[in-house]
Amino acid sequence: MPDSNELTDLPLLPRDDDGPVFAEPWQAQAFAMVVELTEAGTLTREEWADHLGAVFKEAEARGEYDTGQRYYDHWLTALERVVVEKNLAGWEDLSKEGESIRENDHHNREHQLEGGH
Amino acid sequence: MAATTVVAGVAAGTAGAQGAEEYVQSDYAVRTKGLVSVLTRKNLVNPATMDAVVDFYENKVGPHIGARVVARSWVDPDYRQRLLADARAVAREDDLTGVQGTDLVVLENTPEVHNLVVCTLCSCYPWPLLGLPPSWYKDTAYRVQAVIDPRGVLQKFGLELDDDVEVRVWDSTAEVRYLVIPERPAGTEGMTEAQLADLVTRDSMIGAEKLASPA
Repeated sequence: MPDSNELTDLPLLPRDDDGPVFAEPWQAQAFAMVVELTEAGTLTREEWADHLGAVFKEAEARGEYDTGQRYYDHWLTALERVVVEKNLAGWEDLSKEGESIRENDHHNREHQLEGGH
Repeated sequence: MAATTVVAGVAAGTAGAQGAEEYVQSDYAVRTKGLVSVLTRKNLVNPATMDAVVDFYENKVGPHIGARVVARSWVDPDYRQRLLADARAVAREDDLTGVQGTDLVVLENTPEVHNLVVCTLCSCYPWPLLGLPPSWYKDTAYRVQAVIDPRGVLQKFGLELDDDVEVRVWDSTAEVRYLVIPERPAGTEGMTEAQLADLVTRDSMIGAEKLASPA
């Protein structure tokens, strides 16, 4: 596994003997983003642990505490929040980007259904 | 011509309220993609580094995992039955990483029935068993055409099915992923499980290929 600056030591992280395990490619990407941000010093490990911990606590308060399959859902939520909080990007940037990805996908599909290529 | 069936990937007994949940789940991939784009534009992350991490896991969880499952199902009828009955339980017993969050359904191709897997919504795929999906699997043309004209799609893959073979198309979702057990090729009777696993291709486990007899 590429150097993950000890993020793999985080408690509850889904892992096996070789390191973290992911159920989906996006989870590996979300993980990798945090590795990069902490390695570059843009985000400290403590900041990250705090944000991730906060999202877990909220989930727990809602009765949704689940360290298995929801782990990276929480991870992604924490990452979005910390990115916005540290002014690395605005909510607007993120939601606009998401919209355009979805739109793009939708258009491609409509186009295909209409017999386009 | 024999029937073509399209099966929506909803676990038995869970239809209905599933819709919203499913949207939210596939939404995670979009949110992640959005973050990657925005942070890349601001030079805060490097997409090549993301790819390196994803690649690492692809090698760890590539199609060789699925191939081992298929080979074992060819030589061990009891294992095959258990797989077809409850693949998720078998995956859990075998400690296949990453499968725990989603349901897994294993389908067998026979001389009478050919199964083909697609994800019309996005690109849901049994990642822990097959690694990253091939680019054609994510392609809109495949996602749309596999449901409308599966025989035509299979022809493009060079696979001509007899008219009396029934084609079943399985539409994956965030909750249910499918793995196809291709037919065991003739002339492989004396082979070991490991040798058999080497014959099993990624595309055959999606249903896009029929395995040829070894030369």
